[in-house]
Amino acid sequence: MAPDLASAQEHDHDHDHDHQAVPSDPALRVKALESLLVAKGLVDRAALDALVDTYEHKVGPRNGARVVARAWVDMAYKGRLLSNATAAIAELGYGGAEGEQMLVVENTAKVHNLVVCTLCSCYPWPVLGLPPVWYKSAAYRSRSVIDPRGVLREFGLELADDVEVRVWDSTAELRFLVLPERPAATEHLNESELAALVTRDAMVGVGRVARSREGAHA
Amino acid sequence: MNGIHDMGGMQDMGPIRPEKDEPVFHAAWEGRMFALDMAVDGGWPPLDAFRYQIELIPPADYLRMSYYEKWYTALTELMVKYGSLTREELDSGKSAGPAKKTGHVLRGAEVAPMIAAGWPATVEVKVDPQFRTGQRVRARSINPVSHTRLPRYARGKLGTIVQDHGVVVFPDASAQGLGQKPQHVYLVRFAMRELWGAEASPRDSVYISMWDDYLEPA
Repeated sequence: MAPDLASAQEHDHDHDHDHQAVPSDPALRVKALESLLVAKGLVDRAALDALVDTYEHKVGPRNGARVVARAWVDMAYKGRLLSNATAAIAELGYGGAEGEQMLVVENTAKVHNLVVCTLCSCYPWPVLGLPPVWYKSAAYRSRSVIDPRGVLREFGLELADDVEVRVWDSTAELRFLVLPERPAATEHLNESELAALVTRDAMVGVGRVARSREGAHA
Repeated sequence: MNGIHDMGGMQDMGPIRPEKDEPVFHAAWEGRMFALDMAVDGGWPPLDAFRYQIELIPPADYLRMSYYEKWYTALTELMVKYGSLTREELDSGKSAGPAKKTGHVLRGAEVAPMIAAGWPATVEVKVDPQFRTGQRVRARSINPVSHTRLPRYARGKLGTIVQDHGVVVFPDASAQGLGQKPQHVYLVRFAMRELWGAEASPRDSVYISMWDDYLEPA
């Protein structure tokens, strides 16, 4: 494809947008687009199948849960995770697209971290998969940075005044993962049992990890 | 561009609506749209150009359209701009012949390696940092008319550099095809009270990634 982006983009400023109609039936529009791109030799259907399969079945919050559980049971690993998250996450086999550079931030009794992308939908795919709709919603994107405590309250999390809230707005290609607090009275659980408790919401910072899976959201 | 996508700090977007047991894709076409974009997009166009194209969706449409409808619009607009498709082909769904300029077509077996490699935004060139960790800085009060990752709510605000996360492609340039203009990116801590005034929590803060060109010494 033509690399002549500068001249292509000049067009934007006097562009009247009339043709950017909302697809009346997105399912039909996308199906037509796929057929067209295949017919033009621009896309291979096997690649599309592999991409859908990867993000539906292989990449998701279970990856992040393994990272968190490892950090809870292995202090040396936790140290590496907090000092060089990209490398520590790669030790468990995760990395790449939308997680090329990672930072892990730790929740404690006195610090609560919350991750957002106010400008679009940046999210750490290798460890959490694709973002849920609420994360991409205008409501979450707009309010997380001005009223994080109110947002957390909507998720059922009331923070004491003496807890410091740190909001991480993903404006660059640095992706954030929250290391939640390990729930009390879980000393008897092994690493994989701990991983089963860790939720996506806790790793975004809108939830806590509960002692048992009941009562956990997502 | 001071657009609707730059939502940080807005308060009228309604409640956040998490969905229980949310599927990765809500309909098959969402998965296909995701995959089409990833397949066509693998390395082209720059991610920043794709984001910018989404930002060019008129605000009323931006708010009304679902996430993957925006992807449909952005991808097809970019492909028409670059000459990979004509608008007639898009409207009719009929190919007028093989694409003239076909770049590499992603094959099924190439999906896993592509995801594993990702698209690092970091650049292996030596560029001197303009700021240092611990330094007080002010986010510049600027209003770029094209793509930028400097959110409005931070402009003109004072913050502290907490970490330098390396030399990275500059999105404001990259989105317009003006090259990489690589420069340092820093995590900058902004106190809630600096961003939102005296009624904000004195303990809380927002961390935002900021490129050299977004900052000035305080």
